[in-house]
Amino acid sequence: MGSNRRQFLRIAGVTTLLGLGGGITLSASSYQPEEHSAREKEARLHAGRWGMVIDTRKFQTEEDFHRVIEACHSIHNVPRDEAKAKQEIKWIWADHFEHVFPGKENPFLAERVEQNEFLLLCNHCKNPPCVRVCPTQATYKREDGIVQMDFHRCIGCRYCMAGCPFGSRSFNFCDPGPYVKDKNPDFPVRMRGVVEKCLFCYERLEEGKQPACVEASNGGLIFGDLDDPDSHIRQVLREKYTIRRKVDLGTEPSVFYIV
Amino acid sequence: MLEKALDGSKTYWAWIIFLLAVMGVGSIFYIIQLQKGLMVTGMSRDVSWGFYIAQFTYFVGVAASAVMLVLPLYLHNQKEFKKMVILGEFMAVAAVVICMGFIVVDLGQPQRMLNVMLYPTPNSMLFYDMIVLTGYLLLNIVIAWNNLHAEWQRRPHPRWLQPLIYLSIVWAVSIHTVTAFLIQGLPGRHLWLTAIMASRFLASAFCSGPAILIILALIAKKFTRFDPGREAIRILSQIVTYAMIANVFLFLCELFTAYYSNIPGHEHILTYFFLGLHGKGALVGWAWVMAGAGILSLVILIPSRFRNNQDLLLAGLVLLILATWIDKGLLLIVGGFIPNPMGAITQYAPTGYEIMISAMIYATGLLILTILWKVAIGVKKEIGEA
Repeated sequence: MGSNRRQFLRIAGVTTLLGLGGGITLSASSYQPEEHSAREKEARLHAGRWGMVIDTRKFQTEEDFHRVIEACHSIHNVPRDEAKAKQEIKWIWADHFEHVFPGKENPFLAERVEQNEFLLLCNHCKNPPCVRVCPTQATYKREDGIVQMDFHRCIGCRYCMAGCPFGSRSFNFCDPGPYVKDKNPDFPVRMRGVVEKCLFCYERLEEGKQPACVEASNGGLIFGDLDDPDSHIRQVLREKYTIRRKVDLGTEPSVFYIV
Repeated sequence: MLEKALDGSKTYWAWIIFLLAVMGVGSIFYIIQLQKGLMVTGMSRDVSWGFYIAQFTYFVGVAASAVMLVLPLYLHNQKEFKKMVILGEFMAVAAVVICMGFIVVDLGQPQRMLNVMLYPTPNSMLFYDMIVLTGYLLLNIVIAWNNLHAEWQRRPHPRWLQPLIYLSIVWAVSIHTVTAFLIQGLPGRHLWLTAIMASRFLASAFCSGPAILIILALIAKKFTRFDPGREAIRILSQIVTYAMIANVFLFLCELFTAYYSNIPGHEHILTYFFLGLHGKGALVGWAWVMAGAGILSLVILIPSRFRNNQDLLLAGLVLLILATWIDKGLLLIVGGFIPNPMGAITQYAPTGYEIMISAMIYATGLLILTILWKVAIGVKKEIGEA
């Protein structure tokens, strides 16, 4: 009797596992990515590897920063909750030189560099550690170099936040909805429990537009194809001395700074 | 065999009800966390892992209770461990369940957790951690349950278990190694980016796991008169002592490297722990308790005439558990996020929610442990081994 019951349980267990496995395979194979319309394909901006140059000389006043940050945060439905500063969400923001370039500061920095602030955003690294560590491929690198996020696949383990050496990622500790003023219906509002960051305005590139921050920067931000030697951004990089954040970590950031 | 868990004294049932009550109260806090999100925790943009993940890393170590008995028994024929090995294996089961619980409550979207299996990602260490933890759980359940069942039926241990037992020894090493690899390969996290991290995990696991096992076994002995054997405790506490010496030595290696090299990135977090940095030092007290408890535990455990005195042994083990828990269950995970990538310091302290939800998971682990040990000790008594 005892051994019969055990055998039955064993068979039942194995059958259940097989059933679950089969279900997963079926649902995975039924997934088909959405097709883009022909019109969208034409207007779309292409690149081998998108990159950005930040001309820090053109960011002097508070207004210079505010304009760029607002342009991004307002169209991307980034929540604002002053009360929870430690759990805030930011895609692009500003900080002092010693925080943006730790290890590069010295006690006798030029006044302009010491007093000024510098823009920070996701570096869209060529070797992104966040992509390496993500257990679900919710963060992945696109062919054009953009480090993209799938907010619907993210399980909220925050491994990418531990992996990113630039502090570029934010987590939705609460439901962001109530803290988004003037929602942009063309961009998703995230749900609580997922990570987010700057996505280099992939949705605007689809429509043939430059990223929102670039558009609002009055020439302070140069965006383009790092793989194309004839692009404007490569010309700027040829002519001006630029630095990147924490190059010694080998992540190969795609954001360059003219200091 | 499981029916042995249903036949217990009043104390046994009071204990079970107490654990269920803690689980019930804790789950209320967890439901609120599920509804509001992780905003109810003390975690932040800068310190994005806290108490939950720290408990997870500590309990991966506790699961080593099994291998420190299995290895001497099956590879070195250390017969003294024959009676006790089942307790170690069942404790590993409870510890791994606790680990899994802490991962789940830490997720922002726990209902999506099977995405880890649906989109297997071999470049993520979390993928391997899922495999090694699940594997270790299954190995210990299968091995311990079948061996116990054979003993109950007064038959020799099934031969097909032998390869699984050898596999479980290697597998035990993998759970500590992979959990260390979770944090040891991240660029820009200075406290974690050290080649000896996996060795530290192994050393810390091999002392803290068996230390907790000895204490729990002595408690069980008080209530059930199941004696794991004087010799077993003596040899196991020796193993604990040597592992703790290695653990402390490896920690001192970290201190030397940071302060002799004088590299700010390596120094900052250790200075923050022990002295405070930029006027902030929320963990200074804990760090010194860890240092004091760690040293004192070695003072008690190293001389064999102290160690072989049961009262002193217990004191030494409690101090050891305190020191290793502060090290791995409090400082290590939080320390990886301090200073933040911009060099600024954001402090962290767990909230009441985190404590209550953690209590829920601890109680779940203890409930599983109680039931499994009740069955094991019941069988041992029936066959006349206790």
